[in-house]
Amino acid sequence: MTELHYLTLTDAAEALRRRETSSAELTRAAFRRIHALDGEINAFLKLTEEAAMEQAGRADELLARGEGGPLTGIPAAIKDVIVTQGVRTTAGSKILDTFIPPYDANVITLLKEAGLVMTGKTNMDEFAMGSSGENSAYGPTHNPWAHGRVPGGSSSGSAAAVAAGMSYYALGSDTGGSIRQPAALTGVVGMKPTYGRVSRYGLIAFGSSLDQIGPFSRSVLDAALVFQAISGYDARDSTSAPMEVPDIRKALGRDLKGLRIGVPQEYFVEGMDPAVREAVTNAINQMRSLGAEIDWEVSLPSSSHALAVYYIIAPSEASANLARYDGVKYGYAYQDGASMWENMEKTRQYGFGEEVKRRIMIGTYALSAGYYDAYYLKAQKVRTVIRREFDEAFEKYDVLVAPVSPTTAFKIGEKMDDPLQMYLSDVCTIPVNIAGLPGISVPCGFATSDDGARLPVALQILAKPFDEATMFRVAYAYEQSTDWHRQHPAL
Amino acid sequence: MSLTPEQVRHIARLARLGIEDAQVERFAGQLSEILDYFERLRQVDTKDVPPTAHTLPMHNVFRGDEPVPSLEPDQTLANAPQRQGDLFRVRAVLDE
Repeated sequence: MTELHYLTLTDAAEALRRRETSSAELTRAAFRRIHALDGEINAFLKLTEEAAMEQAGRADELLARGEGGPLTGIPAAIKDVIVTQGVRTTAGSKILDTFIPPYDANVITLLKEAGLVMTGKTNMDEFAMGSSGENSAYGPTHNPWAHGRVPGGSSSGSAAAVAAGMSYYALGSDTGGSIRQPAALTGVVGMKPTYGRVSRYGLIAFGSSLDQIGPFSRSVLDAALVFQAISGYDARDSTSAPMEVPDIRKALGRDLKGLRIGVPQEYFVEGMDPAVREAVTNAINQMRSLGAEIDWEVSLPSSSHALAVYYIIAPSEASANLARYDGVKYGYAYQDGASMWENMEKTRQYGFGEEVKRRIMIGTYALSAGYYDAYYLKAQKVRTVIRREFDEAFEKYDVLVAPVSPTTAFKIGEKMDDPLQMYLSDVCTIPVNIAGLPGISVPCGFATSDDGARLPVALQILAKPFDEATMFRVAYAYEQSTDWHRQHPAL
Repeated sequence: MSLTPEQVRHIARLARLGIEDAQVERFAGQLSEILDYFERLRQVDTKDVPPTAHTLPMHNVFRGDEPVPSLEPDQTLANAPQRQGDLFRVRAVLDE
């Protein structure tokens, strides 16, 4: 019997419908769990207990009338890069320490319509720049599987909250792997939708051509339900795709007969942890036994350039997006300088952390006169080459399967002095954002570290743009043939 | 590719980013290493390849020119570090 706090969203919703529990009870239980564990884990930057109990009360009224949907009354945590009306939103930065958004992000509006109970806002790398959660201005988040290890990033708090049973689901954002990589390192499901599928209205911008919001959950079906709830056209985002969202549940089944799966060699990178390679290989063999046809010899040679492309394009877009933090309109403001320019420079000097400054500098340089063609324009052209390779691969394969992270969760502090090594943590996830594809991280095993920690391993499933249905189909059939997703940290 | 401390200060100034002396040296080393990593893109033949700004086949997206409600001045100014009436207060932009 699964403890209440480790139920899947789907099972919790079923218990609500059968009146075995109430939203108020689930919400109180979630806060008991948060109060007991989060002093050690540091997944939350802000708790909204009072408002959550009110939302739970309203959800219980709906449920009592037999109304509501699959998310009604289910406690959820929201990454602090998604603006929430009246609830402080920091993006993990000191520069937004006092920022109280005057409006809700589109995903929050949609989730409120679906019966959201928001427990709080989750910790993250500052402005979503990082792969470990350590770049938060509010202290690192610890991995629920091993205190002292990172949960991955940038959506560190959302991943940890779901893994530790503090939340039934959570929202994150993924610019270069910031949902899938922490999902992998904490043993939960994390999904990045196709670029354009989920509105970015109210998502604090990092790399606007790459950013997407997506779910964390403890099962593939749960992720599909949240994906369904937050997707769809929104006129307030000019890159929102005017396309119907298919009913994912109809696509799910337990076998993979007739499915063509490609395994791109370049994603099994040099230096990959052998235990990760083994777990992912076993998982792909499992997919074969479910009826899929596997081609182990797929090559996407340009994917090896995706990391360089990303670290030009994302910082370039960030340097423009972060120009808005000038100490005039909101947030931290240095006011004691001799001039407007001095105030602005000091506001940004004291308000931004080291990694954010580094990326603003890279982006500013890549866009500056004389360097634009060599860096930014070149990166945009290589981006086209990467996308074309994926398009060709998807003519032959329904999905591609690869590792998510070359290693399991590393120790806090291990990579902080070497930015390039930290960037390499995202080598398997970044090509997906460059090409705008949907991708999902699914638990596929465990590996034991040198110091005896049992750490989760995951694989990612990639599909062609807007074919999330096939991606979920493969993820679900694989998951249902394993019990990795039912294993939880002993907390 | 090796950035000099002067170049680091110049980039920081373009970005309106105050920077401490100790950071200049560190950033010079780290940014140079990252720029070196970018050199690998030269290997990719991109002759006649168009650039991708984003991955959707959508350009010049318009919405109807219909007025919709916007935030009230008090909501817009609620987070202002300095406010004067219904205005954001800033230091003089031009020299007096």
